[in-house]
Amino acid sequence: MDKEVAVQSLTDTMAKFTSYIGKRLPTDVKQKLADLRTLETNPLAKSIYDSMAENQEAADKLDRPSCQDTGVIQYFISAGAKFPLLGELEEILQNATLGATKIGPLRHNAVETFDEKNTGTNTGSKIPWLDWEIVPDSDCATIDVYMAGGGCTLPGKATVLMPGQGYEGVTEFVFDVITSRGVNACPPLLVGVGVSTSVETAARLSKRAILRPVNSKNPNANAALMEELLEEGLNEVGIGPQGLTGNNSVMGVNIESSARHPSTIGVAVSTGCWAHRRGKIRFNADLSYEVLSHEGVVL
Amino acid sequence: MKKILQTPIRDEDLESLNVGDVVYLTGHLVTCRDVAHRRLIEQKRELPVDLKGGAIFHAGPIVRKKDDGKFEMVSIGPTTSMRMEKFEREFIKQTGVKLIVGKGGMGPETAAGCQEGKAVHAIFPGGCAVLAATKVEEIERAEWQDLGMPETLWVNRVREFGPLIISIDTKGKNLIEQNKARFNEKKAPVMERIFSQVRFIK
Repeated sequence: MDKEVAVQSLTDTMAKFTSYIGKRLPTDVKQKLADLRTLETNPLAKSIYDSMAENQEAADKLDRPSCQDTGVIQYFISAGAKFPLLGELEEILQNATLGATKIGPLRHNAVETFDEKNTGTNTGSKIPWLDWEIVPDSDCATIDVYMAGGGCTLPGKATVLMPGQGYEGVTEFVFDVITSRGVNACPPLLVGVGVSTSVETAARLSKRAILRPVNSKNPNANAALMEELLEEGLNEVGIGPQGLTGNNSVMGVNIESSARHPSTIGVAVSTGCWAHRRGKIRFNADLSYEVLSHEGVVL
Repeated sequence: MKKILQTPIRDEDLESLNVGDVVYLTGHLVTCRDVAHRRLIEQKRELPVDLKGGAIFHAGPIVRKKDDGKFEMVSIGPTTSMRMEKFEREFIKQTGVKLIVGKGGMGPETAAGCQEGKAVHAIFPGGCAVLAATKVEEIERAEWQDLGMPETLWVNRVREFGPLIISIDTKGKNLIEQNKARFNEKKAPVMERIFSQVRFIK
């Protein structure tokens, strides 16, 4: 394929995919919400789940963004060092965001800081936000698209604990964020926790954690145990959909971690709202692709 | 039977409402969020819409301009109301607004404002923006368009817009604050139990 044609093809696919994920939830999230709806016994909470389901059906049928806040667009790229369009990806994703904004249509959500002007295009300085991981020896690229809405971004918090505070301190931090600011962030939330060495490493991992499937488990046994304990514990608090109380609080808790300095425990929480709009797509070197997050997608 | 409020809303329409009640709105609903609040309260600019007896929506919608020059409401869900807490008490006083629709709870200042001004805050389920858009019959006006799509004051004519869950009533009761107190009470013993199982540092 001619390089120019290839760039155009990848741009078009990513524009369509970015727009698509604003209208239909990923398969794992859809399933989890259906399960939580079945488990709910509080009448007001049940009626909220009914409204959510009705909304998603209407969004699908009318082909419209299911939530008006289509977020700041973020791309988490895991690219092979030999992916043929590696050097072009940044510009491709900028143009894909411009394209998705028209196709969606997406709300204009990029405000230049200090100038305090909405650019009206969803692009701006360093926006769409790109996060990179380079995979040696691979010629494929996997891209996670995330619509970082205002509501689900607001609870985000990071800090550095002293080792004496231990994982008990991590537990307390997570509970405090979710039972205070999380209540207004459109629960049931998917809670991402980063346990690491400093604020920025923990924060990045906490965001990566909410890109993992809702029911996935951390491969480390202790981390997996902590995911389970936090999920059960938060559910016991009974925040319910929209904070109106109910049988459950969260869609899940995912933890991502790194090694840490012996003197610090960096911890961060990122949250995904119930309308957790993310998508995962994998491109091969010939730009054939597979959507991994949504079943039965036609772009 | 559905309880339907109609703009202009009178004090007596709201006095019997309690937190947790579910109502719907027919009439006019004006989007009004961060910068509109700031312009009225801090910059003392006059709002381009008369809100006496009216209803505002903390929302920044997606709107499409049609070929005939009119606007179409594509997607309009509530935004986090708490961001307007700093301004809302004074906003109610200055405008005479009766119904504030948004997402999540608001704080003690707004609760005091609701009590003083006989107004209520109600929650529309967050994220249900297409459901909400289907209840908008027409966008009648668009004011302060210089603020961009999310912040423009979109004057919507709505029919049976809801469900709206009363979260602050005219007595100043605050549903989400009550819920938060309950969550905080419940979390302490739950955390204690978890602490004993996460002592990984030995």
